[in-house]
Amino acid sequence: MNWNWSVIYEYMPRLIDGVWVTLELVFLSGLLGLILAVPLALMRASHNRWLRMLPFGYIFFFRGTPLLVQIFLIYYGASQFDAIKESALWPILKEPYWCAIIAFTLNTAAYTAELIRGAIQAIPKGELEAADAFGMSRPMKIRRIVLPRAFGIVLPAYGNELILMLKSSSLASTITLLDITGAARTIIARTYTPLEIFFAAGMLYLLITAIMIGCFRLIEHRLNRYQHYKVPTEPGR
Amino acid sequence: MKASKLITAASLILATSMGSTLASAADKIRIATEGAYAPFNMTDENGELVGFDVDIAKALCAQMEADCEIVAQDWDGIIPGLMGRKYDAIIASMSITEERLRVVDFSEPYYSNVLAYIAPADSDFDASAASLEGMTIGAQRATVAGQYLEDELGDVVNVKLYDTQDNAYLDLGAGRLDALLSDKFPAFDWLRSAEGEGFEFKGEDIDIDDKIAIAVRKGDDLKDKFSAAIKAIVDDGTYAEINEKYFPFSIY
Repeated sequence: MNWNWSVIYEYMPRLIDGVWVTLELVFLSGLLGLILAVPLALMRASHNRWLRMLPFGYIFFFRGTPLLVQIFLIYYGASQFDAIKESALWPILKEPYWCAIIAFTLNTAAYTAELIRGAIQAIPKGELEAADAFGMSRPMKIRRIVLPRAFGIVLPAYGNELILMLKSSSLASTITLLDITGAARTIIARTYTPLEIFFAAGMLYLLITAIMIGCFRLIEHRLNRYQHYKVPTEPGR
Repeated sequence: MKASKLITAASLILATSMGSTLASAADKIRIATEGAYAPFNMTDENGELVGFDVDIAKALCAQMEADCEIVAQDWDGIIPGLMGRKYDAIIASMSITEERLRVVDFSEPYYSNVLAYIAPADSDFDASAASLEGMTIGAQRATVAGQYLEDELGDVVNVKLYDTQDNAYLDLGAGRLDALLSDKFPAFDWLRSAEGEGFEFKGEDIDIDDKIAIAVRKGDDLKDKFSAAIKAIVDDGTYAEINEKYFPFSIY
């Protein structure tokens, strides 16, 4: 086997262009997904049965079907209907970039909503009782106790979800986007050096993951800082 | 020593089964095609691979009196798969290009190809340099059409590359593309279909002296066997029969 380092070096700028597309896709849809997931999670954790049932169908669909199918449905499926092509949404749905953002956002929101619901239900009962004893209103209790506590609890799992998102984002290459994977496949189409180029692409994903893990460590440390409290050994000095 | 007996037995079974697959692999020619490139290679309603390439492959195997197996493989992994010995030949409307010649060998060509633009019949796209400026033009990834767009027009037009020709047609139909640059014969077939209604060839054909041939691993003697078989089926009229099934003109 002859390993060709120069091809990695030569095409690295195009892969780096792909890194920016990948990062944009992951962070924009991660952010939008999180914003969408919070109200969904509150509904799922509600005591009202009807409110609880409402997001069920949406979450069931997006967790129960492959992301690739969802991307194809939004990108190739929606464009088959004249009604959509003539609607005000078409300028957005026409762009593969926004189709990918929509698919990733809806997908990650479904998973994240369930993560947050679990976290909300894991908050120790005593803390909620304490909030009630203070006479907090429900909105205030959610704002001051439920959400801050839930975010602390959900963080490790959410970090996992974002890392999964990073890797799922490679599916964007199937709808003509030149993310890391798309760029790699286009380069390979010319050089026929799949090992070298996919190796380089894999390293870039690994690097991004490492940075994401580091960031989440920092945020976790900050949000859950009460867990790191140490009793001073020599009080008063 | 029960454990060691077991291991001996297991390795014996493994060895015999491997031996048999190796033996059958030796006298069987495995041929890859894409299966998403109508009318050259596609999958019919029963999941069978059919099309011009498949018919040619079968005719060549009959001519060589070889036992062949035809498998489907995604286009952009089709050469890496050949190099990785997943199959022994590619009969999938593959153009001979300089880049590919560096990694594989090609038989004598079995048809010739030109490129052509397809656009909505009512658009004023005429494929001239002036009308191309700023247009969004699609092609399948890892094809001569895709490469032509990137090399010749990369700075002028917005190039969109698709995994399959079918997805490119879908996006042309959806109005996301101003035009599609494609091999002419498959496009000819698509334009005759219901989906192709309202679209037509625009401008002149682009002749890039494109020859379609069978790819095999470097140094494989299958190359000469295929070349001889192609000559034989052209001479005995089998080729013309297959050609006629798909196109009303000769594509050799």
